[in-house]
Amino acid sequence: MEAEADEMDGLASVLERHFELAVLGAEIQCGDQQVLSIKSEMNLGVLDWLKNSEEYAYDLLLDVTAVDYGRENKFQVVYQLWSIQKKRLLRIKCPLAEEKLEIDSVTSLWGSANWLEREVFDLFGVQFVGHPDLRRILMPKNYSEGHPLRKDFPLRGRYSREKQTEIALDQSYEDYYRPEQLRGVDD
Amino acid sequence: MSSKQSNQLPRPDVDSGKMLVNIGPQHPATHGVLRLLCELDGETVLSVDPDIGYLHSSFEKLGEYRTWNQIIPLTDRMDYLAPLMYNCVYVMAVEKLMDLEVTERCKIVRVLCMEMERIFSHLLWLGTTAIDVGAFTPFLYAFQEREKIYSLHEAFTGARITTSATRVGGMMADLPEGWTDQLNDFVRTFPDTLNEIDTLLTRNGIHLGRTLDIGAISGSDAINAGFTGPNLRASGIDYDLRKDRPYYDYESYDFEVPIGTNGDCYDRYLVRMEEMRQSLKILEQALERLPEGPINVDDPRVSLPSKSDCMNDMESMIHHFKIVTEGIRVPPGDCYFAIEGSKGELGMYIVSDGGEKPIRWRIRPPSFVNLSVLPQLAEGHQVSDLIMINASLDIVLGEIDR
Repeated sequence: MEAEADEMDGLASVLERHFELAVLGAEIQCGDQQVLSIKSEMNLGVLDWLKNSEEYAYDLLLDVTAVDYGRENKFQVVYQLWSIQKKRLLRIKCPLAEEKLEIDSVTSLWGSANWLEREVFDLFGVQFVGHPDLRRILMPKNYSEGHPLRKDFPLRGRYSREKQTEIALDQSYEDYYRPEQLRGVDD
Repeated sequence: MSSKQSNQLPRPDVDSGKMLVNIGPQHPATHGVLRLLCELDGETVLSVDPDIGYLHSSFEKLGEYRTWNQIIPLTDRMDYLAPLMYNCVYVMAVEKLMDLEVTERCKIVRVLCMEMERIFSHLLWLGTTAIDVGAFTPFLYAFQEREKIYSLHEAFTGARITTSATRVGGMMADLPEGWTDQLNDFVRTFPDTLNEIDTLLTRNGIHLGRTLDIGAISGSDAINAGFTGPNLRASGIDYDLRKDRPYYDYESYDFEVPIGTNGDCYDRYLVRMEEMRQSLKILEQALERLPEGPINVDDPRVSLPSKSDCMNDMESMIHHFKIVTEGIRVPPGDCYFAIEGSKGELGMYIVSDGGEKPIRWRIRPPSFVNLSVLPQLAEGHQVSDLIMINASLDIVLGEIDR
């Protein structure tokens, strides 16, 4: 437990040296889980450094998700990193400003970020700047009720059952394909 | 009906020679409700666009409206091929956040459950994958063995698939009488079946031809793509949570982690076959270790007072009433806890504000991330190889869509 806290402080100060004012906080959760809060504008640089630094080598991006706390500064994007070589786990949190729900995509660093970021976009409405293919993934393409995992989204959805059925039936075949896939198809 | 019903199907572009073909969502070879939108040039796959979400039930949202223990039934409905594993990892994450140590017997029972489920899930993968490459017999052998694990589920939990067997702080009940003997029988007889399937497939020319060098991925690419579990290990990366981030004393069990070299479909097959043998080894050791004693922890935060206490003193009755009506409370904070699932790193990320319901319950879905690599793996292969590659990833759509 002590060792983890020391490691955490060490990492935070190293990051502080490389990226001025990037670190918002460093803490230990559940006894041994290292959690680092960083400024959301600097996520790409910090993650790039964490992935490629020889000392830390967090090479496996396990998860990208978001949390809606339902109160002030409520949105956070959360990354879970693991270093295969150093056998270390790290959680990175990036608080987002409510009026600007966007953050740089990390798809340039990890291929696994592609679908994970699409899911966060789909369910939370967070924009990932620089994502090559940011579209809904779990909800249907013509889903228009918003982003279901936000706290202000009612459990049963925004529309009535009738309207939901109507919209579901209203899908045309274009909704099942991407435009570039349909090139050459006669109208 | 609606006004937009001009539903003409897209006609193929005959001139370019490319074809747009849908495989699924209702197709046995996709192993679930998965739609693969393939662009083909003859038999060659130019691109694949997996379309998921057909089974989406928003479990994560539902979890935010349920008390901590009420979430457990949702977990086994995600991966119905290894339900007990999902039951276990969820409560283990909550216990970690609560800093709650379960009893020794409970730990070993959960290890038994998790390793049993690994075999259970790998067997389904083995049977259905063998069918995809044209071998029917292994499927029957595998499902006969799965049936034995189904009976074990049923004897322990009363259900064959929707087990909901764990509770925060323990299990819903102790193992029934004779259960360990039944499991022992399985552990004793299963290697024969496994060896038989082994002789049918491992050196089978057709199986080799269909899997060798198909869908290969290098170790560094596999890490970049987020592969975990047997898929990652087939590419030669030694990452197994039971060794690298051990939980429940896995470091004290004697077992090995099989590692592949080429990262192709054949190596993924070999790794899973060997994992079943290693799981049997762990099962044997765990059965030997299984101690007597209470299965549920005696901690007022999660456990109900005894019935006689409830009837005889006021505090116990209030305590009973509070736990039953409000549910348990989990201290504020967040926790990421993962186990080595049958399909890869199976993690639970839970955020609590100290209340009786979670703020956020996130499942780190191994199949979801593994499936996202499919387009990269299948490009340039034949359509029949696409089916094999998809099968070799061992996906379960219930967990991908959640």
